[in-house]
Amino acid sequence: MNYIDSNLKVVGTRPLRPDGVDKVTGRAMYSADTRAAGMLWGKILRSPHAHARIVKIDTSKAAALPGVKAIVTGADFPDIPNEEAFVGEGPMNFRDLARNVIARDKVLYEGHAVAAVAATSSAIAEEAAALIDVTYDILPHVIDVEAAMADNAPILHEDMFTVGVDPKPTKPSNIAKVIRFKKGDIDAGFAAADVVFEGRYTTQPVHQAYIEPHACLATANADGQVTIFASSQGHFMIRAYVAKLLAMDMSNIRVNPAEIGGGFGGKTLIYIEPVAVRLSQKSGKPVKIQMTREEVFRGTGPTSGAVVEVKLGAKKDGTIVAASQVLKFQAGAFQGSPVGPGAMCGFALYDIENIDVLGYDVVSNRPKVAAYRAPGAPITSFGVESALDDLAAKLGMCPLSLRVKNAAKNGTKTHYGPTHANIGFEQVLAVAAKHPHWTSPLKAGHGRGIACGFWFNIGGESTATVHINEDGSVTVATGSPDIGGSRASMGMMVAEVLGIPVDKVRTTIADTASIGFTHLTGGSRVTFATGMAATQAAERVVGELKKRAAMIWEISPDAVEWKDGAAYPAGTNAGQFEPLDLATLALRAARTGGPVNAEVSVNAQGAGAGFGAHICDVSVDKETGHVTIERYTAIQDVGKAIHPSYVEGQIQGGATQGIGWALNEEYIYNDKGQLENPGFLDYRCPVASDVPMIEAVLVEVPNPRHPFGVRGVGEVPIVPPMAAIANAIKGATSIRMPDLPMSPPRLRAAIDKAG
Amino acid sequence: MAKQYVSTTINGEPTEFLCETQQTMLDVLRDVIGLTGAKEGCASGDCGACSIQVDGRLVCSCLMLGVEAEGTSITTVEGVAQGDKLHPVQQKFLEHAALQCGFCTPGLIVAAKALLEENPNPTETEARYWLAGNLCRCTGYDKIIRAVMDAAAVMRGEAA
Repeated sequence: MNYIDSNLKVVGTRPLRPDGVDKVTGRAMYSADTRAAGMLWGKILRSPHAHARIVKIDTSKAAALPGVKAIVTGADFPDIPNEEAFVGEGPMNFRDLARNVIARDKVLYEGHAVAAVAATSSAIAEEAAALIDVTYDILPHVIDVEAAMADNAPILHEDMFTVGVDPKPTKPSNIAKVIRFKKGDIDAGFAAADVVFEGRYTTQPVHQAYIEPHACLATANADGQVTIFASSQGHFMIRAYVAKLLAMDMSNIRVNPAEIGGGFGGKTLIYIEPVAVRLSQKSGKPVKIQMTREEVFRGTGPTSGAVVEVKLGAKKDGTIVAASQVLKFQAGAFQGSPVGPGAMCGFALYDIENIDVLGYDVVSNRPKVAAYRAPGAPITSFGVESALDDLAAKLGMCPLSLRVKNAAKNGTKTHYGPTHANIGFEQVLAVAAKHPHWTSPLKAGHGRGIACGFWFNIGGESTATVHINEDGSVTVATGSPDIGGSRASMGMMVAEVLGIPVDKVRTTIADTASIGFTHLTGGSRVTFATGMAATQAAERVVGELKKRAAMIWEISPDAVEWKDGAAYPAGTNAGQFEPLDLATLALRAARTGGPVNAEVSVNAQGAGAGFGAHICDVSVDKETGHVTIERYTAIQDVGKAIHPSYVEGQIQGGATQGIGWALNEEYIYNDKGQLENPGFLDYRCPVASDVPMIEAVLVEVPNPRHPFGVRGVGEVPIVPPMAAIANAIKGATSIRMPDLPMSPPRLRAAIDKAG
Repeated sequence: MAKQYVSTTINGEPTEFLCETQQTMLDVLRDVIGLTGAKEGCASGDCGACSIQVDGRLVCSCLMLGVEAEGTSITTVEGVAQGDKLHPVQQKFLEHAALQCGFCTPGLIVAAKALLEENPNPTETEARYWLAGNLCRCTGYDKIIRAVMDAAAVMRGEAA
């Protein structure tokens, strides 16, 4: 059933979230809060070198320390063959994952896990880890992407030959993969252009910087069964990866989803869980591992830093006739940067006849990248949206008008294949053009920038159950970790279908043994896909309730109508009966066929793509190079906002992460390839005094492929900020800042250079 | 090393514990006493997720030793609500949807409570600077600031 134009009573309102009180009182259990009787503390020893061969690991001194109960090294784990599988949003090579979890013959970045200890206290575990004696043969290292692509670069993987070039290379390379997307005839396109603009842009790796460090508690029993408490974006993902890396049956692994303290894509991989399981197997005790913040920075994945080259050609009237891009993405120590989506997203916003995008996936001696909110899109769009601004200036056009003129619409064929359908980009731009922020006069000394962003959003596999309790209240369970309020939206959709108040519905997240498979929380898929499963489960329950009413009334189920939480005769022909409400039907369930509930699994298709436009005013302190965000407005097509507050929150949070990416966040390496800023003091995320209120404007263009019109909202908002801010800085200073972050020293240097 | 005996008051209850001299108050709260509301986000005083009040003063418990609790009165997030009545800051965090993952929330609740005890009528800028020691990566701070300003108004008896 489709509810898009129906008279909604719950969806679109702003009830209190069901897990809220737990979270404001400190009762919510994150994985670091879990305890088990007899629990040991695990500690991981990490490489101090960026690139080295492991010659020998001597654990004897550590093993002799009182309180040490188990030690593991790479040799304690199966050697996983080199095979690629498709998981979730992209490919996963399990050999790489295994060797990222714990090194085997080489360490590939400073912070790479080498060994681990379990001991009776965290202090003993830490002391023991320091007693493990590792002999390294230090190798030359390479940090930056273009240096890693050079012919004479130190090679990370002797068996890596660039995929996607013809003929097949004979020499190993740090370039894992070359990808190319073409549409039309790029040379003819540029030949036909009146105006051409070219720019080269660089972005730095940035960490998701979830405030909760990774943590888990694993208990392995003598019969081979394992229980894990972990915070992650997908407990089914943890089960699958641990099973693969430890060669176990999935049925022997039960993963309980602890509350998750932020992920933003960074908790779609595993790091510590297989290590904790092996330590538990060896010691016979539960083992808890929690990372320090420093370990999070040194050992877990940021998103790629990149070089982005953009060339745009346009007619005098602003019609863009040719667009090309070269993208060089750092993958970290193992292949798998988001260069693929990067190559798709930059030009996906525009209807351009001739496109050519070339992308490189490049390894270097940094932590393996992990997904970060719209992986790849912010990087590619920083280049494209900055270049568009300069192209507009060259054409003498308003930058918003240039975007309006070239905006993708329904029916626009993208350069990577699909044709856009049911998108709301034009509506977003129309709202931007009329928004008081855009139309207001600019204050003296301020600059204003605009930039846009796109993300595909995904659907995929989800499971939800709806149980009618004996008193007519309702319990919903899903397999999707609630990372930002999805319990509320699931409950709201179910309440809407059942026609009951939202506080009669409570939502939980079920563990891997208690509900059907559910793919991880990522790709902006939960409200779309898991919401679809929950909606269908509620509909199935309504169907069953109608049957029960029909049985009581002795009429056909077709003659029963469900509205406002009760069964009614569908018309006068159906007979004259008093309505049977949920509580009454629940009470009589035992006598009408047993408990009423439904579990629905879906593989949801048709996730509607999302578009956003951000407007930003800045002022620049020319003495210090410090940028103040004076005003910020983020406009986005959100499909249908189930709980508008949490949709706004996604947009405000994403925009603020983008502000950090634009202005401050970066990895600083010394000449040994060691990270020099692995903490929140020197890796500078935005704090409350760095940002103004972020106005989130929700444009609702419903996605017809979802019962309530939902499209994903969490990822688009991190795409536009970097270019919006760069464009605003250009407005305020006449200086184009092509390199991120646009931090005070860099901007000050650029101001000095400009004279 | 011999453990130290410490006598203190936590959330109004007289409390005794034994801790090692190098143990932080955060580790004592979480691992010795079992109050896990204060979170470890950095253990270096940069994120504020472990915020507590010591004799009313806002402190990062990761920067305080457990032995320093001797003779003090400590409030953790678990002691902010009175029975089943939420503190106005907690209530307004819920109403304004000022949390997403909720991991920074305990620290922010304690920090905001401390702000409003010291300054019942903060400007938005004062609230932003006071809370600048509490990192939130989810919300962009917008709804947090609104919640704190709204709670301040309620506590002044002005509000809606």
